[in-house]
Amino acid sequence: MSEDALIGLFVATVQFGTLVFLAALGELIAERAGVLNLGVEGMMAMGAVSGFMVGLETGSPWAAFFAAAAVGALVGGFHALVSVVLGADQVVSGLALTIGGLGLAAYVGRNVVGERPETLFTDLGIAGLADIPWIGEIFFDQPPVVYLAVLLGLAVWFVLARTRLGLALRAAGESAPTTDTAGHSVMALRSGAVMVGGAFAGAAGSFLSLYMAPGWVEGTVAGRGWIAVALVIFGAWRPGRLALGALLFGFTLALQPRLQSFDIEVLGVELNRISPALLGILPFVLTVVVLVIISWRYRHRPSPAPAALGLPYRREER
Amino acid sequence: MASSDANHAVWLRGIEKRFPGVIACAGADLRVRPGTIHALLGENGAGKTTMVNVLAGVYRPDGGEVWVNGQRRFFQSPADAIAAGVGMVYQEFRLVPTLTVAENIVLGAAPRVLRSAEIEERVAELSAAYGMAADPTRPVWQLSMGERQRVEILKALWRNASVLVMDEPTAVLTPGEAAELGAALRAMADDGRSIIYISHKLDQVVAFCDEATVLRQGKTVATVDDLQDVDLTVLAEMMVGSSEGGYVDRPPEIEAGPEVLSLQGVSALNDRGLPALTDIDMTVRSHEIVGIVGVSGNGQKELAEVINGLRRPTQGRVTVKQQDVTDMAPGDRYRLGLAYVPEDRLGVGLAPKMSVVDNAVVRSYRSQRRGLMLVMAKCVKFCQDLVERFGVRTGRLNDPIAGLSGGNLQRLLLGRELAEQPAVLVAAQPTRGLDVQGVAAIQSHLVAQRTEGVGVLLISEDLDELLALSDRLLVMYEGRVVTELAPDVTPRSVIGEAMAGQVRA
Ligand SMILES: Nc1ncnc2c1ncn2[C@@H]1O[C@H](COP(=O)(O)OP(=O)(O)O)[C@@H](O)[C@H]1O
Ligand SMILES: [Mg+2]
Repeated sequence: MSEDALIGLFVATVQFGTLVFLAALGELIAERAGVLNLGVEGMMAMGAVSGFMVGLETGSPWAAFFAAAAVGALVGGFHALVSVVLGADQVVSGLALTIGGLGLAAYVGRNVVGERPETLFTDLGIAGLADIPWIGEIFFDQPPVVYLAVLLGLAVWFVLARTRLGLALRAAGESAPTTDTAGHSVMALRSGAVMVGGAFAGAAGSFLSLYMAPGWVEGTVAGRGWIAVALVIFGAWRPGRLALGALLFGFTLALQPRLQSFDIEVLGVELNRISPALLGILPFVLTVVVLVIISWRYRHRPSPAPAALGLPYRREER
Repeated sequence: MASSDANHAVWLRGIEKRFPGVIACAGADLRVRPGTIHALLGENGAGKTTMVNVLAGVYRPDGGEVWVNGQRRFFQSPADAIAAGVGMVYQEFRLVPTLTVAENIVLGAAPRVLRSAEIEERVAELSAAYGMAADPTRPVWQLSMGERQRVEILKALWRNASVLVMDEPTAVLTPGEAAELGAALRAMADDGRSIIYISHKLDQVVAFCDEATVLRQGKTVATVDDLQDVDLTVLAEMMVGSSEGGYVDRPPEIEAGPEVLSLQGVSALNDRGLPALTDIDMTVRSHEIVGIVGVSGNGQKELAEVINGLRRPTQGRVTVKQQDVTDMAPGDRYRLGLAYVPEDRLGVGLAPKMSVVDNAVVRSYRSQRRGLMLVMAKCVKFCQDLVERFGVRTGRLNDPIAGLSGGNLQRLLLGRELAEQPAVLVAAQPTRGLDVQGVAAIQSHLVAQRTEGVGVLLISEDLDELLALSDRLLVMYEGRVVTELAPDVTPRSVIGEAMAGQVRA
């Protein structure tokens, strides 16, 4: 295998990692506040199509990116309204969002299939660092969204761990009555978290349509939203582990299309004889393994999963 | 706008509050003078918790007025009540187990950016100032119930509450801890704070409260300006509305029969993996009620679970009717003659969304079958019998049971467990939260079962109930049976000390 192919694999690993990291970070925020959102796939599709169309119209990748985030927040707002404000089942509402979001995206984007915008995100090439062999190309010559994702990851960690807002958010995910009687509005916290989470997913979707696979066709998201949902569990609801998991999952996603062209042996197995489809289920298999490990390791203490995840809250009910 | 009579810290006037199917408060009044400890008395279900939840902004009243420190208030949320100076220690604690003590205390009143060290230091200062020890860095799930209560009080003090409400604070405390709490509350009252103290334990109330309000069925039936002047029995009568104490008569003497349940050297872990039971030996014989005394959280829950096969012991043997059941599944134990009324009625005992019929047959469905199919007619017949014999008041038998009141749920549960003539009955907190009639009904069933030859293991937090019903008392402390006492000859002080782990030789 050539050196270029290998570097290409790692460059793609970082990009796919960024993609699922952004979406999963949003889902992490919502889940830490106690709201499960299975609509990530649909929110990413809506972000992808709306980002792409705004990109076509304005020619500005950043306008497109933030428009996609706004659309994601709006779709998240729908989930918040149904499941947080009206107290409906979060699983049902989330699944509806995925199915409806995919369908709506296909409808909205039906006239732009096959078009290409003039301006897209371009690689940054950070002065001085981008020229380092291997490392430079993999880490310091990437599109700006990659670095933005890193900053967002740090910001989310800081807010959750070190601020009043984060404390309230975590409390809402553990026990809504406690948070409510401490004087915070559970509804505002959870709705806000779901909408911010939606913005992250929408933005991730536009990273797909504006950079990774420029253009719009139905099926662009291709299950990456579900990988993001799994990644939150894999990361045990912590931003740091989420980042590590994102690189691992990103690696499997990057390897998938390249597998057949790698004529090397690993542990006596010829890589190009493994079916890419098998590789595609690896993130989910790993997630299940992690889930089992978590439930074993935490059998005598509170699990890292937010205790109130999925439970609606109405003040006067018991 | 001040009220005509400003001499009160709290004035709840004609509070009305309805829930689907119940009127919790029907025009109740409560008036608390500044700097006093005011007892809010009443039986279970009288509406005490509802009343203070209105004061805390959790419930919006259907009618009535809320005044705090001379001002009329219209609370839209708990945040509004906190801002008005109301601090509440809820009956079911409001703490986040995974957060630390310090994080729990500052939740809702924290600086914008948290610096753990700084917050922990300030919390430590606060707890020192009020003599309430609490390690600010520990996660709350590791704390005992008494420690959690201190965290709750510190939470209210952190916000500098001028009115502190304590809802049944001593249910989780030993008599000694309760006395300490009384002293701490007095210090706060001397500080100028007003305290509302909810309880139905009259002796404690008299020991450290100044005035009292008595609620019955959602209405204020009496107020007492000076508790030192009143007779306890008068207060008790006011609470229940009659002179009956609510406890059935002592069961007649019967010679105990053969052993039906035994534990031999049983040890077990709790959910956190820490020792919950250590080397327990006990037997229950036919025709006797054995009472388990102890402050909750000393292994009672785990004891019931080990006996019924819901928790695996790490050591020792459990036998039912002399047969080793240590490795037997709960269903097989039931069929062998072990019945169980769990503490958690609506979670472990009954399935809330299933119908009355389904809940009734869920244990003995095997006798309602033809081939592989359940015969609905048989199930309904079985259920009707049960409902009649145990006086369960229910609507339609096919409706979910969640709508039944606590007393009727418990009648149904007890009836179901007794339907197939068990040899042993383990009853955990069987009368907790029931009204007077419910308590009497359940207790007389327990006594009747004893007469018929069932061996009853009664786990209860209600010492009076245990004293009234038990033939023998076993005291549990930190997962051990520390002593056995005779209910009719042991002074309460001795029982209290044993509950705190001090056993006189
Ligand atoms: N949130 C609620 N929903 C429905 N019923 C309730 C609720 N809170 C209390 N009740 C009912 O109101 C009555 C009074 O309850 P509560 O105020 O808890 O009594 P107490 O604290 O005096 O024991 C009871 O019948 C109880 O079942
Ligand atoms: Mg109560």
